[in-house]
Amino acid sequence: MKKLQYERPVITRLNTGVTNKFGTKTAFTPVTHVDGNAVKTLIANYGSPLFVISEQTIRKTFKDANRAFTTRYPKVQFAWSYKTNYINAVCNVFHQEGSWAEVVSGFEYHKALNNDVPGSKIIFNGPDKTEADLRLAIENNSLIHIDHLDELYLIKELAVEMNKKPRVAIRVNMDTGVYPIWDRFGFNYENGQAWDAINKIMLNDKMELVGLHAHIGTFMLSPNAYGIAASKLSELALSIKKKYKKNIQYLDLGGGFASKNTLKGSYLQGVDTSPTFDQYAEAISTAILNAGFIEDELPLLILESGRSLIDEAGTLLGTVISNKRLSDGRRATIMDFGVNILFTSFWYDHKISPAQDFSQYTEDAVLYGPLCMNIDVIRENCTLPPLKRDDHVVVHTVGAYNMTQWMQFIAMRPAVIMIDMDEKPHIIRRRETLSTIESVEMMPEYLKKFKL
Amino acid sequence: MNIKKNIALSDSGFVFDPSSGDSFSTNPIGLEIIKLLKNGKSADEIKKHVTSAYMIDENSFEKDFYDFVNMLQKLKIAEGEDKK
Repeated sequence: MKKLQYERPVITRLNTGVTNKFGTKTAFTPVTHVDGNAVKTLIANYGSPLFVISEQTIRKTFKDANRAFTTRYPKVQFAWSYKTNYINAVCNVFHQEGSWAEVVSGFEYHKALNNDVPGSKIIFNGPDKTEADLRLAIENNSLIHIDHLDELYLIKELAVEMNKKPRVAIRVNMDTGVYPIWDRFGFNYENGQAWDAINKIMLNDKMELVGLHAHIGTFMLSPNAYGIAASKLSELALSIKKKYKKNIQYLDLGGGFASKNTLKGSYLQGVDTSPTFDQYAEAISTAILNAGFIEDELPLLILESGRSLIDEAGTLLGTVISNKRLSDGRRATIMDFGVNILFTSFWYDHKISPAQDFSQYTEDAVLYGPLCMNIDVIRENCTLPPLKRDDHVVVHTVGAYNMTQWMQFIAMRPAVIMIDMDEKPHIIRRRETLSTIESVEMMPEYLKKFKL
Repeated sequence: MNIKKNIALSDSGFVFDPSSGDSFSTNPIGLEIIKLLKNGKSADEIKKHVTSAYMIDENSFEKDFYDFVNMLQKLKIAEGEDKK
């Protein structure tokens, strides 16, 4: 006689009339495949946990964003934010779509150069640019976004010494009605610092002020804030035109568009609350078009979106290690991935789906990672079917920041694969091994031996 | 350990405790186990029954069974000591 499919016995108390603190059900359709590839097969071939990047989703999302802006504004340029995900294969998909590179360190700058991005199409942001970084950026005619006065004076000195005229922009921070204001980067608009910095550059012939940059925050849920930022940057550009008769070539509105993830503490799901590209594009384009530029002198609009372009293309596949019951009766499920590789679980209530069929019965559970650390909590409460050891799960919308902020802590970092347009998987980053880590360690001679 | 006598069970997995007014939902395997316990079956008998009818090994089931029984006690559906 054929045996029946087993499911762990579960029993839950039914509560009526009160809000369930675990929220609504998250997912009731198992996700057995990612871009045509069975989760089971991917894990069998590449191990668990495993990051999967969908090239189809990247290209589709990029086209959606590009369409939203180019249908509203005549000159638009995206620059791929390296810090969001700087695995070279990911960067190159964006470069193939026409994105420039936006980097915030010498390390990222070299990564962009190694990916064959022309120096003149690299935007160099960030507060920490070393003298060597700046020399290279000046040599390559890159767009240097100045963050503070020390940097401004250093660039001025280097320009004289190298007999070159660096192309620079200043980063402007401002009040856009969203608090706290991100005022630690760049020069403030309201107190006049930004205008002072502009004058310092314009009155000195050593640098060419080509653009104005603002990056007002991250996971911004208000498109209107971008409208305010675009208005203020436009106002500065028009003031420069009036005082110095110089056209500013571009306005860079930075990044910070929200993805479809659900922020911790949010009552509604991210898919319902995050603005669309069209809403951001409408706010920004309208502000610049109405600012008073002559049509021929409209500046290029640069966007450095990262999270909103890559988050949905990333998926993390994982496996259940064990189930246990906590002292208060709550179920706890231990997964083989933790905060070490899923850094964004500190910010989001990630949507997690089982990767195999199950009945309609569910259980509320805490999801823990495998680390021997109390902070390793993936979801504080999550409704899932009764998972058992070796079952697989799919964590959605993890493409942004995890593959750059992950830690080699306690365990190795997993492999990353990309599924191409023909649904064929490719390894784009190998799983780390002990030798990956030990290759940079050194053992002093006198510590090589010991007796126990 | 016994399932309390006045606990009402429906075939769809709805469990009702008239003494407290609490209601519960259990899945088909959970319902089967509660029924077996109600009929006075021991843990070993239940283990034997489930592992012969379902695709599950003894060790895995034992772990799930004791977790389930603990929940029944915590939810006050079962009372008394475990029947060996």
